[in-house]
Amino acid sequence: MTDSPQDPCAHCEEMMQPYLDHILTEAERIEAELHLDDCEWCRRRYRFEESLRTYVRQAVSEPMSSALKAKLAALRIPLN
Amino acid sequence: MTVMAEAPLDAAQIAAEARDRVRFEEEALALSDQVFRVARHLAGSRDEAEDLVQETYARAFRSWRSYTPGTNLRAWLLRILTNLNIDRGRRTQRTPQTMPLEANDYYLYDKLAETGGGASDEDRVVERLSQDDIVSALSAVPHDFRDVIVLVDIGDFSYQDAAQILDIPIGTVMSRLHRGRRILKRELAESVLEDAS
Repeated sequence: MTDSPQDPCAHCEEMMQPYLDHILTEAERIEAELHLDDCEWCRRRYRFEESLRTYVRQAVSEPMSSALKAKLAALRIPLN
Repeated sequence: MTVMAEAPLDAAQIAAEARDRVRFEEEALALSDQVFRVARHLAGSRDEAEDLVQETYARAFRSWRSYTPGTNLRAWLLRILTNLNIDRGRRTQRTPQTMPLEANDYYLYDKLAETGGGASDEDRVVERLSQDDIVSALSAVPHDFRDVIVLVDIGDFSYQDAAQILDIPIGTVMSRLHRGRRILKRELAESVLEDAS
């Protein structure tokens, strides 16, 4: 499957971020997916990373106050 | 045409300009929730973020003519905001003395699974992190790395937009994002280990 001298799971770990960012080459993507098809251990960790990204995005989202919104609207330059 | 060029702005031109400006202001205000969401974590605190967003909009409304219609207005606003943030001297104040360690990409999952009694559902494993854990872990990431994470992973900007906003090469965006996420996961793992002990 691969000529990589590395441990295939370590190599799969290296490919995780670029895989989830969709920036692997076609050949690399296929290589990652072939490994993921066979390796539940890596598959779990990829799935975790995906959930983590969504979770972080939600956790750090703080709505803007309506007071600030009103202040911004008041900064508009009046028509003259 | 040569004669007309000398003429002062006529009423129709003034009206057209006013219309463009009003449209610009409305489009910019419609993006304010998204701008704030990103600003909140580029700045050190909620108060700082609110000031920064106000300054950004004040400047944007004054210099609206330098925005090219049809280009990415959200990125244009964020470019103003990051420049203001740098001008405030954040860079000198907040640079940590030591660089936090990065862990390998699987490290956080392994720590969570280890301390969680072998929870197997990846969606549940992630829920063991509290909102406070995540907010404080993100703020512990050094600003160069955090800026990129905030723009790309929280603000949904492309690498290209992030590169333009921060005025750094796209390759630098990619490497900082890669390392920044690893630093963030290392920080998160530490907070989990502290909670467990």
